Amino acid sequence: MADVGTVGLEQVPPAEVEEMELFHPKSFATKYIWSQDAKIIAVQYAGTAVAIGMVGLVLSWLMRLQLGFPEIFSFISAKDYYQFITMHGMIMVIYLLTALFLGGFGNYLIPLMVGARDMVFPYVNMLSYWIFLLAVLVLIASWFVPGGPTGAGWTLYPPQAILSGTPGSSTGIVLMLISLALFIVGFTMGGLNYVVTVLQARTRGMTMMRLPLTVWGIFVATILALLAFPALFVGAVMMTLDKMLGTSFFMPAIVEMGQQLTYRGGSPLLFQHLFWFFGHPEVYIVALPAFGIVSDLISTHARRNIFGYRLMVWAIVVIGGLSFIVWAHHMYVSGMNPYFGFFFATTTLIIAVPTAIKVYNWVLTLWKGNIQLTIPMMFAIAFIVTFVNGGITGLFLGNVIVDVPLSDTMFVVAHFHMVMGVAPILVIFGAIYHWFPLMTGRMLHTGLGKFHFWVTFLGAYLIYFPMHYLGFLGVPRRYYELKDTSFVPASAADLNAFITVAALIVGFAQIVFIINIFWSAYKGKPSEKNPWKAASLEWQTPGLPPGHGNWGKELPVVYRWAYDYGVPGAKDDFIPQNVAPEQVEMDNDRKETATT
Amino acid sequence: MRIVHALTRKPWTTAQGIIDNHYPGDAFQRPKGKLGLRFLIAVISIVFFLLVIAYGERMTVVDWRPAPPRGVLWLNTVWLILSSIGLQWARMGVRNDRIDRVSVGLVVGGIFAIAFLTGQFLAWRQLDSLPAFGISNPAIAFFYLITMAHALHMVGGLVAWIRTMEKVWRGYGVARIRQSVELCTTYWHFLLVIWLVLFGLLFSGNSQLEFLLKICGLK
Repeated sequence: MADVGTVGLEQVPPAEVEEMELFHPKSFATKYIWSQDAKIIAVQYAGTAVAIGMVGLVLSWLMRLQLGFPEIFSFISAKDYYQFITMHGMIMVIYLLTALFLGGFGNYLIPLMVGARDMVFPYVNMLSYWIFLLAVLVLIASWFVPGGPTGAGWTLYPPQAILSGTPGSSTGIVLMLISLALFIVGFTMGGLNYVVTVLQARTRGMTMMRLPLTVWGIFVATILALLAFPALFVGAVMMTLDKMLGTSFFMPAIVEMGQQLTYRGGSPLLFQHLFWFFGHPEVYIVALPAFGIVSDLISTHARRNIFGYRLMVWAIVVIGGLSFIVWAHHMYVSGMNPYFGFFFATTTLIIAVPTAIKVYNWVLTLWKGNIQLTIPMMFAIAFIVTFVNGGITGLFLGNVIVDVPLSDTMFVVAHFHMVMGVAPILVIFGAIYHWFPLMTGRMLHTGLGKFHFWVTFLGAYLIYFPMHYLGFLGVPRRYYELKDTSFVPASAADLNAFITVAALIVGFAQIVFIINIFWSAYKGKPSEKNPWKAASLEWQTPGLPPGHGNWGKELPVVYRWAYDYGVPGAKDDFIPQNVAPEQVEMDNDRKETATT
Repeated sequence: MRIVHALTRKPWTTAQGIIDNHYPGDAFQRPKGKLGLRFLIAVISIVFFLLVIAYGERMTVVDWRPAPPRGVLWLNTVWLILSSIGLQWARMGVRNDRIDRVSVGLVVGGIFAIAFLTGQFLAWRQLDSLPAFGISNPAIAFFYLITMAHALHMVGGLVAWIRTMEKVWRGYGVARIRQSVELCTTYWHFLLVIWLVLFGLLFSGNSQLEFLLKICGLK
């Protein structure tokens, strides 16, 4: 716990932080559409991401209908199915999770949590969103071109991605690649903002080690994204040229429909390396903000300072670094040198160490805490459980000898949905329930929230636990229909039907959540100023929701870290970051220095 | 080591709290543009690094035939060096508070940058006219890809250059154009270094790069 005494305070100079030049909107369009305010941009990012995410959700229902009840839904052809899985995967990973965590939460929380008025490059930040929107529109456009969107699978592996046997290989794949390139350009603009804002725009007293872990998670994830997305960008550009101009970057000499194509000498494996050099850090681009946010949720709602703050920061940084040297564990079956596989298996296991440290620290933060079972807290605890489950199956797949037989089975699908689908989504829900009052000044409906939580949490397990078992049975992924497959027992079909019903129910709960959001935004119970009694800076703004420029006339001054909960001697069980030591109300009317 | 030192602090202790309370806040006291450009340069470097890796990997295949050397690229390299010198002259101008030098440096830098891009265009036309070296030749494809990627970044730099020139044209003082000139110059030098690496790579035969490929594990 931080110092609540006044020692040394007399030496603290007054707040004279230089002000930034804010763009002051003068019309509805510049305030809410072409906005340069990070908070509005955050809502734009989040709204777009959730909207396209709902498309991804519907696609997953359609896939499940086909898997659960094959030959019943005649409108789902094999071509459609492959397009559904491809678009679902890409939408969820890139356009929902990445955009929502970094563009949504990053934009909203970074300036508020570091004590800045806005991002450092507001105009570039605005451009970032509009390019993201353009990327989404290009992606959607692929539904309306001849052949429809690509059905190459979200990994887009060549050569099949651009050969005529694959759905959408004429135009859909090109639009997908252009959309990805646009997304990366847009993200780079936003990412530069997030990183420079954290480094350069912190207010007085806000040292790096006083930052909430949410900011640390988003900050390191952004650096990862800035370093990893270029690999996808290069891969997307090169594959576009292979498709459009007939170059042979990734295309080997190949015969298609009995015809020798002009391609020769390209390396499909090179694309896999480029893709996964981006693809594995992408897991942590999603996970690290989730780690940071869940740390803050747990600390706030357990009324305890986060256990092992320094280790938590170190773990985020180490995980970020290690995430760049594990990518080829996605390629064990690509025919790589066994020593290569051994190296990547080792690094994969090593990354479990800092990850486990984080899990222990979350649990130890809860230990003897004054746990408030609020909805954000329920989602946070659900995340820990789910992440551990998903992480453990990751250890299975990280080992070459276990991965090879499980490769391309439903076990893999179950694993990555648990670890980077369900787990981060649970954090997103928790975060929305937590920060909704800050954004709107109203509380989300608790009853609907509990319904949403229990159906989502239990339902996710009903979907993915059996899916692991299907994988063990050898049920392959990306198969439109199994029919009579000798090594798969007939009971697998029943299990598939069960999973489909569970998925539809969980999907329905998300509609309840969306209704709750819209209803509560207008009719919800008005929130008090700091409803969760959080110590971090974003809750200490003069207005609720924070106004333009966030902080009124003067920027805040920070006197402590973001986790001063249960300070001995203090009257309240928390001390906000911007409360000076002499302003802390003591229980016994004595100003004492209380430290741990 | 400063980073490691910073990450070992204990923000919850009294002693560290007193130190941290003196932290002045970095809000815009350092040039944020400079840091932003550094990160942008890091991102662009990775793009080119990956292209170079891909190029090196492709060179190891037995059917590799290097692109024919183009004399115009030597001249283009000279233009780019002169362009960088021009920008450096402008940078020295802002540091010495000499707006006349700034103007001359910027104009010279811009003209030679345009000359470089024109020369690159000529090189593409020359290659296009060689029937034996079509786009399906991997070396030619890489040549177009890598040089065009570099040229596009140069065009992006010229947009910033035009905005800086506009400020000079409108009679802004040195203080108001200092950062723009500094950033343009840094970016120009960066693109020159990238070009020198690419130039060396594109026209080195397999034998010269044998050692490099070996240490990269590509051969």
